[in-house]
Amino acid sequence: MVQLKVLVVDDEPGIRSGISRALERFVVGYPFMDEDIAYAVTEVNSGEEAIEMFKVDKPDIVLLDNKLPGMDGIEVLQYINNHQLDIEVMMITSFASLELAVKATNIGAYDFVPKPFTPRELRSSIENITKHLFLKRMTRKMNREGRQIRFQFLSILSHELKTPLNAVEGYLNIIKERQAGENLENYDDMVNNAMQRIKGMRKLIMDFLDLTQIESGKKAREVRPLDMAQIANNSIDSLSPLAIQMEVKVELHCSGDLIVPFDQDDIEIILNNLISNAIKYNKPGGKVICRLEKSPDSFDILIRDTGIGIPEDDQEKLFQEFVRIKNANTRHIAGSGLGLSIVKKILDYYDGQIKLQSEENIGSTFSISLPVQ
Amino acid sequence: MKHILIVDDDADCLFQLKLQMSNLGYSVTALESQFLAEEWLEDSEPDLAIIDLMMETEDSGFILSRGLKNKYPDVPVVILTAVTPETGLSFDLQTSDSQQWINADQYIEKGLHQETLFARIEQLLKL
Repeated sequence: MVQLKVLVVDDEPGIRSGISRALERFVVGYPFMDEDIAYAVTEVNSGEEAIEMFKVDKPDIVLLDNKLPGMDGIEVLQYINNHQLDIEVMMITSFASLELAVKATNIGAYDFVPKPFTPRELRSSIENITKHLFLKRMTRKMNREGRQIRFQFLSILSHELKTPLNAVEGYLNIIKERQAGENLENYDDMVNNAMQRIKGMRKLIMDFLDLTQIESGKKAREVRPLDMAQIANNSIDSLSPLAIQMEVKVELHCSGDLIVPFDQDDIEIILNNLISNAIKYNKPGGKVICRLEKSPDSFDILIRDTGIGIPEDDQEKLFQEFVRIKNANTRHIAGSGLGLSIVKKILDYYDGQIKLQSEENIGSTFSISLPVQ
Repeated sequence: MKHILIVDDDADCLFQLKLQMSNLGYSVTALESQFLAEEWLEDSEPDLAIIDLMMETEDSGFILSRGLKNKYPDVPVVILTAVTPETGLSFDLQTSDSQQWINADQYIEKGLHQETLFARIEQLLKL
């Protein structure tokens, strides 16, 4: 039998003793656990006392009232979050406001029990939080053992793949059942849209494979002297259909000797991602300037666009996986959300730097600096 | 004719639902964001709303649904989403707890069999 420590933080004695009674003889078992789990309950009546308890006898689970006499529940939650304590928190709230729920979830609350609750409701919440706690600890243990479980990543990936799959399936259903009538031309746009979504999925899968290769450290690299001007030219050529479609002009400015030792695949990924972004997030009639320069100790790439720009608040999360800045300007632009995180990972390998300067509605400039030995 | 409000930032999904709901004999307003829907709701009332979950923000659908229910408590709301347990997040309306803060009548997975979706909408409109 495993015993989990539960701390109840509530200023109402009735609630505290109710919880203690409900959990007194409560035992939980899971198919994936060898042992059953029981609960040892401790009660305190303020946030300050709870924090004292964390220091002497850290609980596994905290049942936390939000309205407390001194510091409130959210502040206790913030403390747990800031100190990265391995504690699962369930909020007890007398009214479940969405605002509080979102705020508390954002800083790490696992669940909510609205007051008043029955012993049964409480036990079922405790059962859930316990499962979550053990899964989390197991995951952490596996991570420590070197088995990287990229649960979050894979779950977003599956969402990002399912969405276009649903769209394509939806169109096929409509076509199959002739839901737009017998005239074949009615279906032309649907077929085109479905093909666009498939293209997007293919791009996502390719980007994902790139990222996996880079991350696993198994990417085979062949660093040899490359003519960067030539490679940038090819990249711009290959993106010219997109540029024509978007009515964007791409200029390449090169000066002097641009022979730099690099892996060709890596530099192509960097240039293709940055130039295609600069085209995609541009305005009709806009411009992209790509400038390459070599100095004695660095090779610098600058890519400037006259596009929609990136709001300041969004700039720092831009290089994370699956971050796509969502606003009215970007809604219609397709992307996998992986491009810049791939670029960043490649640059890390070469000890390179990437900087962003951007102003909304004026444009963005990405500058890359790569050390040259 | 019953009027249905559809809100989804995925243009393809929005188009498909609009077509299908019109084919079923409903009149439709199709909008592509929480913001546009809130504007529309200021002086219009649908008979039913179908709302995508993740739009401008991850919980746009919840917020929109809550606002709609505050103004028109009797209008049924269906939240339609690709967020399901295998995508690492799940919500449902099975417990009284989630019913309290997810203010909607149905929570339906995208890609669910069309007939099931249509049947549930019909059911909600009859209540």
